[in-house]
Amino acid sequence: MQKYSFKALLLAITVGFVLAVHFQLVDQYVTTVAMLMGINIILSTSLNVVNGYMGEFSCGHAGFMCVGAYVSSVLSVLLFTKDRVFGPALLPEEFAVIGVPVVILIGGVAAALAGLIVAVPSFKTRGDYLAIITIAANYIIISCLENMDVIGGPRGFQGMKRVVGAMEDVWDIPWMPVLVLVGTILSVWAIRRFVSSTYGKGISAICQDEVAAEIMSVNTNKMKLVAFMLSSGLAGVAGGLFAHVYGYVNPQSFNILKSTECLVMVYLGGMGSLSGSVLSAIVFTLLIEALRFAIPALNSLAHQLHMVPASYEIGQVWKWVVLPLILILTMQFRPEGFMGKKELSDFFPFLKKFYQRLED
Amino acid sequence: MEIFFQNIFNALQWGSFYALIALGYTLVYGVLLLINFAHGDIFMVGAYIAFFVATFLLGSYGVIDPGTFTGPVIVALAIPATMILTSLVGVALERIAYRPLREKGAHRLYVVITALMCGLLLENGNLALLGASRKRFPDLLEKTVFSLGGISVTNLKILVIAAAIGVFLLLHFIVTRTKIGMAMRAISYDKFAIPLMGIPINNVIVFTFILGSGFAGLAGFLFVMSYPVLDPYMGAIIGWKAFIAAVVGGIGDIRGAFLGGFLLAFVEIGVVAVFPSTLRDLLAFSVLLLILWWKPTGMFGMPQTTKI
Repeated sequence: MQKYSFKALLLAITVGFVLAVHFQLVDQYVTTVAMLMGINIILSTSLNVVNGYMGEFSCGHAGFMCVGAYVSSVLSVLLFTKDRVFGPALLPEEFAVIGVPVVILIGGVAAALAGLIVAVPSFKTRGDYLAIITIAANYIIISCLENMDVIGGPRGFQGMKRVVGAMEDVWDIPWMPVLVLVGTILSVWAIRRFVSSTYGKGISAICQDEVAAEIMSVNTNKMKLVAFMLSSGLAGVAGGLFAHVYGYVNPQSFNILKSTECLVMVYLGGMGSLSGSVLSAIVFTLLIEALRFAIPALNSLAHQLHMVPASYEIGQVWKWVVLPLILILTMQFRPEGFMGKKELSDFFPFLKKFYQRLED
Repeated sequence: MEIFFQNIFNALQWGSFYALIALGYTLVYGVLLLINFAHGDIFMVGAYIAFFVATFLLGSYGVIDPGTFTGPVIVALAIPATMILTSLVGVALERIAYRPLREKGAHRLYVVITALMCGLLLENGNLALLGASRKRFPDLLEKTVFSLGGISVTNLKILVIAAAIGVFLLLHFIVTRTKIGMAMRAISYDKFAIPLMGIPINNVIVFTFILGSGFAGLAGFLFVMSYPVLDPYMGAIIGWKAFIAAVVGGIGDIRGAFLGGFLLAFVEIGVVAVFPSTLRDLLAFSVLLLILWWKPTGMFGMPQTTKI
């Protein structure tokens, strides 16, 4: 019974959420926030593989997300719907039900290949020089897409809503929440299996001492390749989901600011802590959304108390003042993130029993 | 041929901006091994401080009668004032955000993230307080065009280039010839042995931040004199680019940052001269990536030796 309890809990949450969305017990806004949370979880856990477990400083994560988003959206629009630019659909629209998950995975593979831009230099370079390569890679990817007029260039690319609509015509369930949930659970599971396997421990070994790892028969170059490709591939999957959730992508929405968000989530949760990454992704998303409501409330309060001049409105721009401030303060009080290098089960030992049973 | 020389002067001017900012990155990095990602935004703050100082001296706030000072006098007064005020901002960041973390022994990358957050805070705080309307920097210097055999150069360009070279020579002198420069190099060599030698490590770090931020303020002043529109995000992109320039030069090395800044500017201007300007970032960064593939530690960087 205990052995399956965690899986049963996950399944119950998934099914419960999907049913709630389907019967419109939760409104559109909550659904979107939940999906965004899932995407953020994928982003932060996948970046944690490189930045946390391997100890590199990769700060161009959004670039790979961008590749995944564009490849999957172009493919899905090309294959499953009639488009002004690409002409009629190449496959019947009903195929979208199977096709879209496949296309999102293909986006992930493409992003993993783009990860090679970063992975190959990492054989020779470490630390801050690698950081610059990742930033440059982010700029290069965005700049490339902005120069491709066929897919909209800087104006962005859309049409994915029609594909999702076609999926809903075939079978009327909330497809995007389902896909995001499945993607989130699968990617966290994959990362957990990877980093706790004997093979995957190689990346922690590289983090601690590369030379010693090499002597202990860890193929460091191959491990770096695997870690970077896994990380960027999952970022690509997150990008594909993001594109299909919003139905619109724009190169500038994957700029260095988005990468910064990913970095914040990783370091807030703690380097090398998977549950920390999940937790911080959830907290970060909720914090952004909470500020959206808190700021107008603060504004009216400040006006009632005459703390600010009447002509001045505290607008949404304060969100990005308060958010960094909160993060800076968090860093001062917990300089190793929420969890440090620990997992949730280290704080709550009773969880460990479940986890260990799960491993069997 | 004239266009060619014109472009060379443009590249020299942009290179001076990049170099001035990259020097700040490299100084802090050289001493603390900290990528101070807030540096681009300190440049932006410097530009805003320059704006307020200049308009104050022009008499916009009613303290000084308009017309008390002439343009060149204002420039001469505003440059030191801007540098001092900007370096106060830099030192404040160090004291409030970085030093507590350093003393708690946090991982280096957490300090980097804090720096990123401080940058966002400066950017958006500025946007929230001063509003989104762009400000226009007043014209302080009368534009004089020198022409040398068909090549025309404005006095401003010469000022910018001269300032960059002067700052470089000054920093090079400080780091290699003075006692405090020796202390800076020593800290980057071994942070644990230095306090034992009786060197006040925090004072040296504060001095480093004063130098770096002060020159960012100078860069901000010169930048808004050349391109007189201020907006809160002006520091972000130029800061990232200057960081890239510093790394390509070999981060932690003064010469590297200086040459890296000029290299980036020459590549950018060269790309724009030949290709459509939308390809500028793409090709410029590709070239820099190739340089890093060829020399993984930058032009002047020392290869890191790994001890077993």
